[in-house]
Amino acid sequence: MSDDQLLEVIERYLNGEMKPDERKKFELLRKENAGVDGKVVEHKLFVSLLKQYGERVELESRLNAIHDEIDVHTLKENLMIHPMWIVQMWRNHHSKISVAASVAIFTVLSVLLFTGKMNNSDNSNIIELKNKVDRLDKSNTNLSRSINAIRSDKSGKSKPVIDKYSATATGFAITADGLIATNYHVVDGANAVSVQNADGTTYKAEVLYAEPQHDIAILKIVDKTFEGLDAVPYTFKRAESNIAEQISTYGYPDGYPAYSPGSLSSLVGQNGDSVHYKVTIPINPGNSGGPLWDSKGNIIGITDAKQSQVEGEHFAIKSRYLLNAIKNIPADSLDKKVILNKKNTLAGLSDAQKTEKTKNFVFMVKVYN
Amino acid sequence: MNKQLKDSAPTDSEVILGILNNSESALKKLYTAYFPMVLQLIINNSGDEDDAKDIYQEAIIVLYNKVKAGDFELSSKLKTYIYSICRRLWLKRLSQLNRYGGDIRDFQEFLPIEEEDVEQHSDRDIQFNKMESALRLLGEPCKTIMEDFYIHNKSMQDICERFGYTNADNAKTQKYKCLQRLKKLFFQQK
Repeated sequence: MSDDQLLEVIERYLNGEMKPDERKKFELLRKENAGVDGKVVEHKLFVSLLKQYGERVELESRLNAIHDEIDVHTLKENLMIHPMWIVQMWRNHHSKISVAASVAIFTVLSVLLFTGKMNNSDNSNIIELKNKVDRLDKSNTNLSRSINAIRSDKSGKSKPVIDKYSATATGFAITADGLIATNYHVVDGANAVSVQNADGTTYKAEVLYAEPQHDIAILKIVDKTFEGLDAVPYTFKRAESNIAEQISTYGYPDGYPAYSPGSLSSLVGQNGDSVHYKVTIPINPGNSGGPLWDSKGNIIGITDAKQSQVEGEHFAIKSRYLLNAIKNIPADSLDKKVILNKKNTLAGLSDAQKTEKTKNFVFMVKVYN
Repeated sequence: MNKQLKDSAPTDSEVILGILNNSESALKKLYTAYFPMVLQLIINNSGDEDDAKDIYQEAIIVLYNKVKAGDFELSSKLKTYIYSICRRLWLKRLSQLNRYGGDIRDFQEFLPIEEEDVEQHSDRDIQFNKMESALRLLGEPCKTIMEDFYIHNKSMQDICERFGYTNADNAKTQKYKCLQRLKKLFFQQK
């Protein structure tokens, strides 16, 4: 039997075209002859594969016909997510942008290097810069506060006064007749100075005396409406205070009064300077010039500039230098000799009571440039 | 960013019944309903409209064969099923092209697709590709005879007339010769 003939027989068998006895004979042959059996199986699979292939081709052509009716181009336009222009720009030009950025960074670095700005030994620059930024920020809020004040004052009875101060700090009374201590850096370069008491009343003041080397300034209230203060309740300590002493300050860190407790962490300031105490107390640049009390209510220092590196660590000028500065005020600029309070009326009071008694003696110093 | 597609989709059972009944209109409805969704997936994931066409048709064929074979169980929305198949196929294609960045931007919810569905499909695809090239190598008139007889179920009588064979026996002999050669060509391929 040739291959062709065998194929014909297999086909007739698979299509069920054989007569019963012929079929029996063939099935017997299939059983006996594994080669024939294999051919049958193979043929069956092959023909069905061929058939499926045909069906697939037909299905694909049907799908293609349907596909051709779809306006793919318009759909695509609608469905494409177009990246934002900045992303597109980055994709298209990122190499150029990178080169430009590198050149810019290199230029800045080399300029800094050659002009010696990279040398950071002078960190007072950093602090001053920081304060300046703070001042700008503050003047901005003050401006908006004044604007709000004008807006809220709709009655128009009183003429709104725009208080255009450029920085605020803190100061505290030395005497009842209006001598106020603060930091020199607060009033340095100021055109005018005024102080505002706890009630919000502002008095014109002037710088009576300054000791830039110790960052101390003594102001005097020169406003005609000023009627003097009650007796100063605190005293000034000349002797050095003790390390780990519980201390507190009260001031106007951002234009609003705030009380901050802390502790005296070192009897020397930065790099061992003996003019300052190192204090651990949460204060802000606006606290500059504020009073630093010990637990008994003695003034032991003036809160000074904030240290930029360590959070919560600051410096205070020792009260001894304040007392010296008061003594150094030229006699001809004073109406009468300065007599400091010798009687502490705060001892034994709670912090809240102390603050209540002292708040009228702590002023917000407003500086006009 | 995600633009929702508006579609007037046929109901899922409408589609399945339509496929079982060889309904041309159901197939068309199915095709046009979900193509935009797949186009959106592909063109926004580093493909073009031709990729979308390929992938989508493959997915439709997978679905079609599953329905025809009677083992399609609709466990989710048909839309989700198609999207998931396309997503799976496209991920595979992307990794073959080394274009896959490890991230795909999705537009629909999707289900994990059983490997089986896709694997089976690609196995069969390989067989069909072999068959296609075997038929091409076979040449005329054998190719047409094979297609007419085994695919289009034409009778030997029709084939005789079409090719001008003088008698059916000649045609039959020719047919078997062609079949032998086709088998040989098919199995020779790796």
